[in-house]
Amino acid sequence: MDYVTGLRCRECARTYPAEALHVCDFCFGPLEVDYDYERIAAAVEREQIAAGPQTIWRYAPLLPVDDPAPIDLGTGCTPLVRAERLGAELGLRDLWLKNDTVNPTGSFKDRVVSVALTKARQLGFKVAACASTGNLANSLAAHAARAGMVSVVFIPQDLERVKIVTTAVYGGHLVAVEGTYDDVNRLCAELTSERPGWAFVNVNVRTYYAEGSKTLAFEVAEQLGWHAPDHVVVPVASGSQLTKIRKGFGELYRVGLLDEEPHVRVSGAQAAGCSPVATAFATGADAVRPVRPATIAKSLAIGNPADGWYALDAVRASGGAFAAVTDDEILDAIGLLARTEGIFGETAAGVTVASLAKLAAQGVVRPEEKVVAYITGNGLKTVEALPASLGPTATIAPTLQAFDEAVDIDIDIDIDTGADADLDRRA
Amino acid sequence: MSVIVRIPTQLRSLTGGSGEVHLDGSTVGQVLRALDGAHPGMGERLFDGDGGLRRFVNVFLADEDVRFLDGLDTPVADGQTISVVPAVAGG
Repeated sequence: MDYVTGLRCRECARTYPAEALHVCDFCFGPLEVDYDYERIAAAVEREQIAAGPQTIWRYAPLLPVDDPAPIDLGTGCTPLVRAERLGAELGLRDLWLKNDTVNPTGSFKDRVVSVALTKARQLGFKVAACASTGNLANSLAAHAARAGMVSVVFIPQDLERVKIVTTAVYGGHLVAVEGTYDDVNRLCAELTSERPGWAFVNVNVRTYYAEGSKTLAFEVAEQLGWHAPDHVVVPVASGSQLTKIRKGFGELYRVGLLDEEPHVRVSGAQAAGCSPVATAFATGADAVRPVRPATIAKSLAIGNPADGWYALDAVRASGGAFAAVTDDEILDAIGLLARTEGIFGETAAGVTVASLAKLAAQGVVRPEEKVVAYITGNGLKTVEALPASLGPTATIAPTLQAFDEAVDIDIDIDIDTGADADLDRRA
Repeated sequence: MSVIVRIPTQLRSLTGGSGEVHLDGSTVGQVLRALDGAHPGMGERLFDGDGGLRRFVNVFLADEDVRFLDGLDTPVADGQTISVVPAVAGG
């Protein structure tokens, strides 16, 4: 049983039934899911969530669809790790990383797709479609395969080769479009009117799909012992993920899962080559002006972000800020994250970490704050963006002499050698 | 001059279910006002109080966002296609 009472326009508050609708018929504003929060509050308990599945579905009462057998590859409950070494580099004493690189298809998109397709199946759809910059393509194709649905994935043709292969392998239709992501998105928005029998997860099913990102807040709060962090840093493409993370923390308090009202500062991370929302923030503008993307962070390359307005509002209202970072800064940050914390993130992760560094240097992210940075995609997907110079630090003949000549590691090491260890074991 | 205007699902109740309408006009704005004349009610759905496009309405001329062109003043040529598309999609 779900707790959805209907859909409501964020702009003009007109209400709609919980069907495959994403915008208001009257003003084209986005529709939001309405829940009966009183009934949810009466139904949820921390212990019962803790006893639930090790997936996003442990939070089912706060999701827009309930199904005893959701379309799920095992998504969610990803690690929240304390990042002392990265924190030390950035001057942050209480930094945490939400590591969503380890979701089944390597990005946070598994959260939204699992929710969207479970709802789409409930509504009777048999075809799953999307416009994607790659991570969604992977996830939609995989989930559709598992559910036995037909998938139709639209991508810009210049996508990273890995993201193309890791979508095609699932065997659905994969349509490469000659144009940018915004062109692909416009095509899919038009196709939705012509193919009403298809579930375009980020068009006509978007209202439900976007709710899946709330689990990024739910998990962090639960992993922090049912406390909200002081500050989160979130990458911004459409802006949906950022707004839903903020919504998620608020909902936990509303239904009694957090004791104190959260005041989470929310900051956004964009690539300088595609920073329409960060630019609006920096200039104090109310309008988000579309741009033509030019960045290696292709998963964030949305020049005309659907939720840009709301992301801007969320950041301003919460006392956060935006940063925009160059391609060189993105690559440096991928390396910094990997060598300090052992996490290999994709280019979007580079955007997030570089933005975190910039905001910390500006004093926006403060040293004593409990900060969570969202690492939303796996580095294996964007290997081709990395410099060709990455490779062996030495290539040698298989001889001791060659090794000694090529490698000079001068570190004072004090370790147990075999003899002592044997004694310890016998003791 | 005849221009094709593609109508999204959300507005087809005003066109008797039709997804495509043929209209005259020499700018995008003129064509959209002609759309309101032919199918009353369109105007208040597409335009805000100041006569600009509502913020969640995207308009494309030959697949190009008119905000990258001259907005509602963008000239249109005979036979071109204007698409009205809800902005909330993607991501």
